[in-house]
Amino acid sequence: MDVGQVFREERGRLLATLVKRFGDLDLAEEVTSDAIEAALRHWPVDGVPDRPGAWLLTTARRKAVDRLRRDQVHAARLALLQVEVDRSDPPAGGALPDERLELFFTCAHPALPAEDRGALVLRFLAGFTTPEVARAYLVPVTTMQQRIVRAKKKISQARIPFRVPDPHELPERLPGVLQAVYSIFTEGYAARRADLAGEAIRLARILRSLLPGEREVTGLLALLLLVHARRDARADLLEDQDRTRWDRDMIDEGSALAEQALTGGHGPYGVQAAINALHDEAPDFARTDWPQIVALYDVLLRLAPSPVVALNRAAAIAVRDGAEAGLALLDELAGEPKLRDYHPYRAARADLLHRLGRDAEAAQAYREAIALAGTGTEQDFLRRRLAAVEEKT
Amino acid sequence: MKYMLLIHAAADQEPTCTVEDWMAHEREMRDAGVLVSGHSLADLVTATTVQVGPDGKRTVTDGPFAETREVLGGYTVIDVPDLDAALEWAAKCPGSRDGGAVVVRPIAEFGL
Repeated sequence: MDVGQVFREERGRLLATLVKRFGDLDLAEEVTSDAIEAALRHWPVDGVPDRPGAWLLTTARRKAVDRLRRDQVHAARLALLQVEVDRSDPPAGGALPDERLELFFTCAHPALPAEDRGALVLRFLAGFTTPEVARAYLVPVTTMQQRIVRAKKKISQARIPFRVPDPHELPERLPGVLQAVYSIFTEGYAARRADLAGEAIRLARILRSLLPGEREVTGLLALLLLVHARRDARADLLEDQDRTRWDRDMIDEGSALAEQALTGGHGPYGVQAAINALHDEAPDFARTDWPQIVALYDVLLRLAPSPVVALNRAAAIAVRDGAEAGLALLDELAGEPKLRDYHPYRAARADLLHRLGRDAEAAQAYREAIALAGTGTEQDFLRRRLAAVEEKT
Repeated sequence: MKYMLLIHAAADQEPTCTVEDWMAHEREMRDAGVLVSGHSLADLVTATTVQVGPDGKRTVTDGPFAETREVLGGYTVIDVPDLDAALEWAAKCPGSRDGGAVVVRPIAEFGL
């Protein structure tokens, strides 16, 4: 196994423990790196210790004491820290603490900009370097550096705490954490980076192991698995995809989790997971349970109203009741500001117009979609659709 | 850790909270031992702005008068362990309702 990968796994956990102990993100980051560097030097020579996690934690704490000893400003805190080190060396054989949940809630704190929360989760919990985070979000390294520095400054100076919210605060705070992980997945999905989408799934698994009783955490993991299961076939529209290329194991796991997420209640992630489970389990496009999908979209629209959900619902109704009915619903959404520059809206309209034989209008709608589509792959796909329509006219 | 809660009222909306609501809020902060200081400000029409230019010349103007939709109406300084606690008190402040907003600013600490 790749050593870098091992350390990426350990890194988030070690960092979380140290942040909790020191209450200082900068110091925790520095000594996490120190400890991992030391491990890279010693382990190849002395062998991997019996309890690598405990070794890293002890080393990191000693490094922290060294650093603080050199730093006069922090001299006062040294006394405190020394006591901590003496008192809390991990007992032999005892379970190491896992404080990653605290760190999740800090990274996704509502006082931080929404667009930075996913980046912070990647940086601090997934062990990404800043250049790797920058690549994930397709921004220059310096830009990402500034965003992370600004966020860290706010965490430390405004004293955003490292704590798991009380149960009564969870309904308000958990969606932010889920959204941060989901945003990492959608970045990976949009950029067609399976590694990044896979990282989001790994983070959702960690989150679920920390909050096993929260149905929306289970729903999020289910949703990610059920969408990711189609990754190898997604160059085509859902109706044209080669379903033998879908990942069966992932679908089975996702479906079981979706069912769990919707037992005794429901939330938006669980409902979206259920919609994707119906797609993934259908033998083909025509024999998909469209009435059930429309019903789930109705539920989703009540739970989390948005023009994009309304668009997806209209597309499902177009299959259930015909293109005419779908197009009427899409045209009702024409005034939505959120959909004006959203190319899937134009593309969905184009498809329905094409199906109704209104090819001149369809071609126009495809051209609008192409102008709005961001990535090359997306544009190429729409161009092929346009060419097919133009050929007929 | 000290935070200043800057209490802004919506310029275009009448608050529904009463004097009693404000007094109860203050009492709650006092009883919890978090209140450091606080004042409400007189009506915005009484405000005056002073600026001194690079030449040392003083400019005094009436106002500022709100082009903004929110008017600073008062402040509270509280001493609490962390931002979550400060946000909790901000949410309890009657000024955070009826289109108003409470801005939470940590008070800068210099040195140790």
